[in-house]
Amino acid sequence: MSAVTNINGREVAIPDEELEMNLLEWLREVRDLTGAKNGCGIGVCGACTVLVDGKAVRTCRQKVAFIAGKSVVTIEGVSPPEGPLHPLQQAFIDYGAIQCGFCTPGMVMAGLALLARTPHPTRPEIRKALAANLCRCTGYQQIVDAIEAAAGEQKSDT
Amino acid sequence: MSCDEKRSNPHAFRNDAAAKVTGRAKYADDLKAHGMVHVVPVYSDEVHAELVSLDVSGAEKMPGVVKVITADDVRRIGGQPTWSYLIPDYRMIVGAGDHIRCNSDVIALVAAETRAQALEAAKRVTSVTKPLPVVLDAEEALKNPPVFLYEDRVFEGKKNNVVNHYKVRHGRGKEALSECDFILEHTFRTQHHEHAYIEPESALCTLRPDGVMEVMGSMQHPFSTRRFVAAILGCPLADVEVRSIPMGGGFGGKDDTAAIVCARAALAARLTHRPAKLTYAREWSMRESYKRHPYILHYKMGVKDGRFYAAEVEIIADAGAYCSATPWVTFRSTAQCCGPYPVPHVHCDVYGVYTNNVFTGAFRGFGSPQVNFAIEELADMAAEKLGISPVEFRRRNMVRQGSITVTGQALSSHEVTLEKAMDAVLAAANIEEKMKKCSHGVPAEGSDELYGVGLAISSRGMSLGGEGADFNSAIINVNFDGSILLEVAVHENGQGAESAFMLIAAKELGCDVKRIRYRMASTSNIPDGGTTVASRGTLMGGGATVIAARNLKEKMASVLCKKLCCAPGEVTFHDDRIWGKDGAVSMSWQEAGDAFYWSKDYPYAFGVFQGGHVSWDEETGQGDAYFTWVYGCQAVELTVNRKTGKVKVLGMTAAHEIGRAINPPMLLGQIYGGMVQGLGYGLQEEMKNEGGRMKTLNFNSYRLFRAADLPEMQAFFLESGDPNSPSGAKGIGEPALELMAPAVANAIASATGERFFQIPVTPERILARFKARAAEAEAKEHGVGKSEPEGT
Repeated sequence: MSAVTNINGREVAIPDEELEMNLLEWLREVRDLTGAKNGCGIGVCGACTVLVDGKAVRTCRQKVAFIAGKSVVTIEGVSPPEGPLHPLQQAFIDYGAIQCGFCTPGMVMAGLALLARTPHPTRPEIRKALAANLCRCTGYQQIVDAIEAAAGEQKSDT
Repeated sequence: MSCDEKRSNPHAFRNDAAAKVTGRAKYADDLKAHGMVHVVPVYSDEVHAELVSLDVSGAEKMPGVVKVITADDVRRIGGQPTWSYLIPDYRMIVGAGDHIRCNSDVIALVAAETRAQALEAAKRVTSVTKPLPVVLDAEEALKNPPVFLYEDRVFEGKKNNVVNHYKVRHGRGKEALSECDFILEHTFRTQHHEHAYIEPESALCTLRPDGVMEVMGSMQHPFSTRRFVAAILGCPLADVEVRSIPMGGGFGGKDDTAAIVCARAALAARLTHRPAKLTYAREWSMRESYKRHPYILHYKMGVKDGRFYAAEVEIIADAGAYCSATPWVTFRSTAQCCGPYPVPHVHCDVYGVYTNNVFTGAFRGFGSPQVNFAIEELADMAAEKLGISPVEFRRRNMVRQGSITVTGQALSSHEVTLEKAMDAVLAAANIEEKMKKCSHGVPAEGSDELYGVGLAISSRGMSLGGEGADFNSAIINVNFDGSILLEVAVHENGQGAESAFMLIAAKELGCDVKRIRYRMASTSNIPDGGTTVASRGTLMGGGATVIAARNLKEKMASVLCKKLCCAPGEVTFHDDRIWGKDGAVSMSWQEAGDAFYWSKDYPYAFGVFQGGHVSWDEETGQGDAYFTWVYGCQAVELTVNRKTGKVKVLGMTAAHEIGRAINPPMLLGQIYGGMVQGLGYGLQEEMKNEGGRMKTLNFNSYRLFRAADLPEMQAFFLESGDPNSPSGAKGIGEPALELMAPAVANAIASATGERFFQIPVTPERILARFKARAAEAEAKEHGVGKSEPEGT
């Protein structure tokens, strides 16, 4: 019996022979979910971050077996292809948090994981939550601005 | 005039933001082609050796291997395995009989059905080598060479390791040192600095049925890439089409290295007749990609009547094994050898020198961060000796309107705004008050934290200057439905170049920016506009965009004036429409497109911007080095723990004069990012090697700043326009990086009372100094003679 996982809201069967594959490689090469990037291959840059059961996980350090029976959200699943962007994604655009964009998917996933557990974080809390993700372009300032703004928006929604 | 946009002004405009924030943007390694082979490089363990022979037979027999490629294959198809753009010395593949000149050299490529198979086979390539003496110290390689990297090379009449030698002979030169009140004589050292773009190099190349090699890669200079690819394939430039795709950061680092990765992938595609992908692992990228040049800077800076009066300077830049952009990088160091100070008497020699280190080349800042580190420390030291504040010293000494630079250039083509930039930083961060609170080695009662503040200022020549021919082009093509295609010969490196050009075009055409679609650029469509370096993107590409837009308006006015019932000169473009005299009649862009169709003509324009006048005399180093300049100031506030040597950064502030802001949030992003890269350069980033073998090969050992390590930053920009720039905008990429390292060194000095002459100023170096001082004090107490601490 093959393992099952849920990726971006859809059930996916994992053939046994794929369970030992590197999770990032599997997402990118087998599932064609190329939003997660390979920046270092050793789990220190965070460009490969996805959510597994709501928690930020660096996929380059995991095997596919890790997501068996779990629920995965990649950057491709954050907002529908035809629909509006997630407020956090929109905030990244509005606040100039995107330059080369290579770290952006990982940063968005780290931001989402933070806002899920701490809906109204302080700026130091945001910085701490991004500590596993490297960005070489922005100096992080506008990424922190974007997450703070998105959190503020959440506040006004509730 | 200036503004702080920290959290107050969102709505950055980016044409590529939605793609990037949804993960839909496709970078090189996200692309696939039917039947593609996977390519990997094969390295030698040697640092300097003759490659006697190469045996690829074992690798060829491995499962999945399609082809093992050597330099012989390149020669067989009529290509050049060795090529580069200034000195053609770069070995894209080192062949048997040639020399391995650094540990980054590639001796073969393996193309296989899968990457895993290629990696496995690469281990089976064997070689016979004969080791040669190794030289890793640039000063030794210059002055006392144990070996010549290029046996046949003769420079300035003799055999040596010199890549290039630039001079400045200004005023009475070093003679004037004898007239000075005092002379500061110091040697400064800087490190190999890694660009650390988060996306490693990658390329996908396909030999199209029409015979054109199509290249999509992570590179920042499509036209340079095209030249490398054409060289390795031995084909004309027209037979290579490089297409621009999103790139995950460059900072100057994805010029030749990335072009070479593209060339190798193209070679594999050519030889296997299949699409080929070559994606670098981080370890290969850090091993092989060029770094920022380490410099050894010897300064004798004479001060007379409170001013920098005379300087004798010798700068030795470690080029590593290959020339790359060394002459251009060191040109800037030469022209800016005294930073923002118009020293009247200068004698300066700058050498680029071959060593067996990894090669060095373009890196955001491009020869200025090293020099600024030395000069801005010297400014603080001069101030201290004069008993005045660092701010006062700079006010007395900095370039002003009409100042004559050390190359004899009068700064009169634009507004010189350095003092305004410095004042903006001083006011925003209350720097002068904070300077009074610095510890100078004595912590507050009951604390181990030493508090310090430091600043640095710069003037920077824009774009290429005397180092190259500076021109660029743009194409604006209005479709018959009124939609507009824009293409500029400047590459989008992630900084938002495309967005800036769209905003510039929209402003000039008076149209909604939504009307404009940026065309995916191709080297087969637009002429070579040079590289996206030297902070020239917005200046040169924006200039070409403005000129193309003006040409387009002229063309459209001449065709549409009849319908608009006016003379061509009376047609205006605003509010997303085209208007007749005094706004009496107007038409939409779609109506204009339709009118063009029926007049059997095209609303199409090509624009060329040629950079302003520059001049340079090689013998004297005199001339108008750059056609315009920008000015900036950065400051940092920090503490140093006297027990651990650890530095905590409390705040960073920057102000830059940039001509005109096109896209303020992205402009601020450049400043923030530059400050942090400069901070890393000053405090912790260093590529380390042992005997020429790189030891910092990933982000666990090469440490970048993380969000949690950083304070909040303040960034300001000043706009004074610039008649030399059609858009009024200049640039910000490099100015933003070139100041924080000296500001940090000055802040650490004001905190600890210790001056550091080598970056990065790591906790280890700080602690070593503290210990040396303590030992010195103890020895003094016991009546032993004074010993100087280590020179770091």
